[in-house]
Amino acid sequence: MPKLTIDGREIEVAPGTTIIQAAEVLGIEIPRFCYHERLTIAGNCRMCLVEVEKAPKLVASCSMPVGEGMVVKTATPNVLKARRGVMELMLINHPLDCPICDQGGECDLQDQAVAFGRDRGRFAEAKHAVRQKDFGPLIKAEMTRCIHCTRCIRFSTEVAGVPQLGGIGRGEHMEIDTYVTKALESELSGNLIDLCPVGALTNKPYAFKARPWELKKTESIDALDALGSHIRIDARGAEVMRILPSNCDDLNEEWLGDKSRFSCDGLARQRLDQPYIRENGKLRPASWDEALALAASKLKGARPDQVAAIAGDLACAESMAALKDLLDGLGSPHRDCRQDGARLDPAVRAGYLFNATIAGIEQADALLLVGTNPRKEAPVLNARIRKRWLKGKFPVAAIGPKADLTYRVDHLGTSAALLDAIAKGTHPFAATLKAAQKPMLILGMGALRRQDGAQIQAAARGLAEACGLVKEGWNGFSVLHTAAARVGGLDLGFVPGAGGKDIHGILDGATKGEMAVVYLLGADEIDMSRLGKAFVIYQGHHGDAGAHRADLILPGAAYTEKNATYVNTEGRAQRTTLAVFPPGQAREDWKILRALSDALGKPLPYDSLSQVRARLAAINPVFGQPGKRVGAAWGAFGSPGAVADAALATAIDNYYMTDPIGRASPTMAVSVETFLAGAKPRTGTHG
Amino acid sequence: MSMHREEPASFAFSSDNEARAKAIIAKYPAGRQQSAVMPLLDLAQRQIGGWLPRIAMDYVADYLGMPPIKVYEVANFYTMYNVKPVGKNHVQVCTNLPCWLRGSDQVVHACKKTLGIGLGETTKDGQFTLSEVECAGACVNAPVVAINDDYYEDLDEATITRVLEALKRGESPKSGPQNGRLNSAPLGGPTTLKGGA
Ligand code: SF4
Ligand code: FES
Ligand code: FES
Repeated sequence: MPKLTIDGREIEVAPGTTIIQAAEVLGIEIPRFCYHERLTIAGNCRMCLVEVEKAPKLVASCSMPVGEGMVVKTATPNVLKARRGVMELMLINHPLDCPICDQGGECDLQDQAVAFGRDRGRFAEAKHAVRQKDFGPLIKAEMTRCIHCTRCIRFSTEVAGVPQLGGIGRGEHMEIDTYVTKALESELSGNLIDLCPVGALTNKPYAFKARPWELKKTESIDALDALGSHIRIDARGAEVMRILPSNCDDLNEEWLGDKSRFSCDGLARQRLDQPYIRENGKLRPASWDEALALAASKLKGARPDQVAAIAGDLACAESMAALKDLLDGLGSPHRDCRQDGARLDPAVRAGYLFNATIAGIEQADALLLVGTNPRKEAPVLNARIRKRWLKGKFPVAAIGPKADLTYRVDHLGTSAALLDAIAKGTHPFAATLKAAQKPMLILGMGALRRQDGAQIQAAARGLAEACGLVKEGWNGFSVLHTAAARVGGLDLGFVPGAGGKDIHGILDGATKGEMAVVYLLGADEIDMSRLGKAFVIYQGHHGDAGAHRADLILPGAAYTEKNATYVNTEGRAQRTTLAVFPPGQAREDWKILRALSDALGKPLPYDSLSQVRARLAAINPVFGQPGKRVGAAWGAFGSPGAVADAALATAIDNYYMTDPIGRASPTMAVSVETFLAGAKPRTGTHG
Repeated sequence: MSMHREEPASFAFSSDNEARAKAIIAKYPAGRQQSAVMPLLDLAQRQIGGWLPRIAMDYVADYLGMPPIKVYEVANFYTMYNVKPVGKNHVQVCTNLPCWLRGSDQVVHACKKTLGIGLGETTKDGQFTLSEVECAGACVNAPVVAINDDYYEDLDEATITRVLEALKRGESPKSGPQNGRLNSAPLGGPTTLKGGA
């Protein structure tokens, strides 16, 4: 391992490390524009010049590997002079329009100009300007500000796998462009905004809305897919202005999907901000006392086996636990958190987790996708698969929908019957899996939602066992969820109790008029027409499908407005942090249920968040270890049986609108128009 | 641009060019066919008559299995490729440093005057397009103008005017140095290797 000295401090690093990386380890920051640790090295901006003893001239530290005995100096007069020169060069054609630029206050160019530049320019010549470009509804391009670092080109080519940006022209006339005007067709396009070190690519929906120093920044967890990406919520007053990714090497690295980033304008629209009661077919505002009293009387007035509850995709663990306890108190066993009808066996935890883990994808050496389109279901996870694929020797095959996943996929067919063929070894892909050290299978909700979902789950288990996916130190059987609430709900046992009905049973029962009260905890993706004559209580935050059907509305909090727990698809319990308060009279969800239990005269035994969380941990110890991924032991799950020959489909056909927040978001609406022109208007996580 | 040529609706290599393209691709190791992008773009440009519409770039991208943007980058980087239609004679004046030191300003001036157009423009009759290009790689005979595939070298105001006038008349003026010099030998004749064949 080469040893070198940087600014008089010795350090030993792995061979191949670059000087800038070695300096980072020592905490010495070298300014840079083009270098980014998650992209390939371009070495074109020259901001990172340093002095290396015995080198004839300054070297670009981002692209120079360390050598044994190197003596590096990062702050000599020569280096400072060079930085000043680079800054000046960079600003020759830069418009210096910081007062009208959204990047102002969080701009690398601005910061580094202040830190390393001259205090005035010497160029009186006319500046180069670039004609206006249209990069679609999410990215605002002001390319006159571009410094040609090519981070955006490298991101879209390497990470997003959608090579649509390039450097057109040369020298002074080089422009970053798609050449053919079109929006960037990637679910990860928003990351370009974070990567661009200047104000050339900025957040279009957020344009001119706020300055970074006015924003309150809250670290939290995303709930719009099942990945649990780490995010930062930037709010001003009561409004969420924007959402950014936060670094998490285990999950999202530093990326975020466009839905999770740009749906936030939906948080301010279609909100339920006070209780409503339906009277003569019309909803009228009501007070909390009145609403809770009505809910209590309806619940008390019904026979326990005529009461049912369904938890939606955004429900937090706290509220699901409270609702489950409340139902238990009433004596009703009818509940389900699988509103999409997924026939997931809740009995064995390893049967519904993404056991390989997201970071574990990088260790896998063969992959089979079953009934899933990870690019739509979890774009950041898909980028991880692509990252692994780029390293080579990673055969990927798919059974199910044919789609461009940004890496090479061997499409085996659409029939679920192929699972058996692979398990029996009659299909050639079985050999590929068996030859692999760490083979992996991703099972999507599209496969489990079918009538024979339980049989498919069992067939996938059979395949996993037959092809060596589960072994000492490795479990490649991975279920990819689409709902943030799902694993938490299964971990809590928000599934039918003894003799209880599942989602299908509840809906069938309600259709037949056997259900007196149905409690929807943020459940909007079910067929509301099947609720029959039941009295429907909707607790949630958006006026979506559930609220339209409801007889009583209890306004709850969105994931940005509460301290709540979600368990991601890997089985990692994570906690969101309240960034803004719920609007109007809306309340944190567990508190609503706690208040309802009072009205019922059967108070739930917790009065504070910490007590609710103690209860969560008591139900399942997974909740007692927030932030930590808790794996699970293998077992027998699913219902062995015949699998229908029907084609496997993906769970999501409209990436931008899978939940009430997305459906309320104007930005998601234009995204659908732009990217899914011709797509069916029907939205949500329906199969 | 006064002369207007529409973007063609379709493009495919002629059978001759198809054969040439195959031969070019065969020069590169299997799986490295993308290396053939430049000669293939040149084939396409010649087939179309001097320029590369987008459909031709897309065709080449597809032919070589590479993302279209990578082909756009190449085609827009080199002045050898024209992404807009050009006149029958594409007059490309080099204005890089060596040519500039040797008088390319006067050459540009003469071209503008003789053709009656500015840089980047095409004459109304579609006969001439005037462009400014980076180093043409013939600095030793600076200043240099490339007209289609021919180099006219050692120019000054008078000689480039003569060349252009001849082209206007439909003649084919002799390419190479215009000041009597033999190839790149010193002005006034070779000073070494005199006895050679
Ligand atoms: S647009 Fe931004 S990221 Fe892209 S090259 Fe220009 S400065 Fe770099
Ligand atoms: S950061 Fe090293 S050259 Fe740009
Ligand atoms: S500078 Fe004109 S040919 Fe090189």
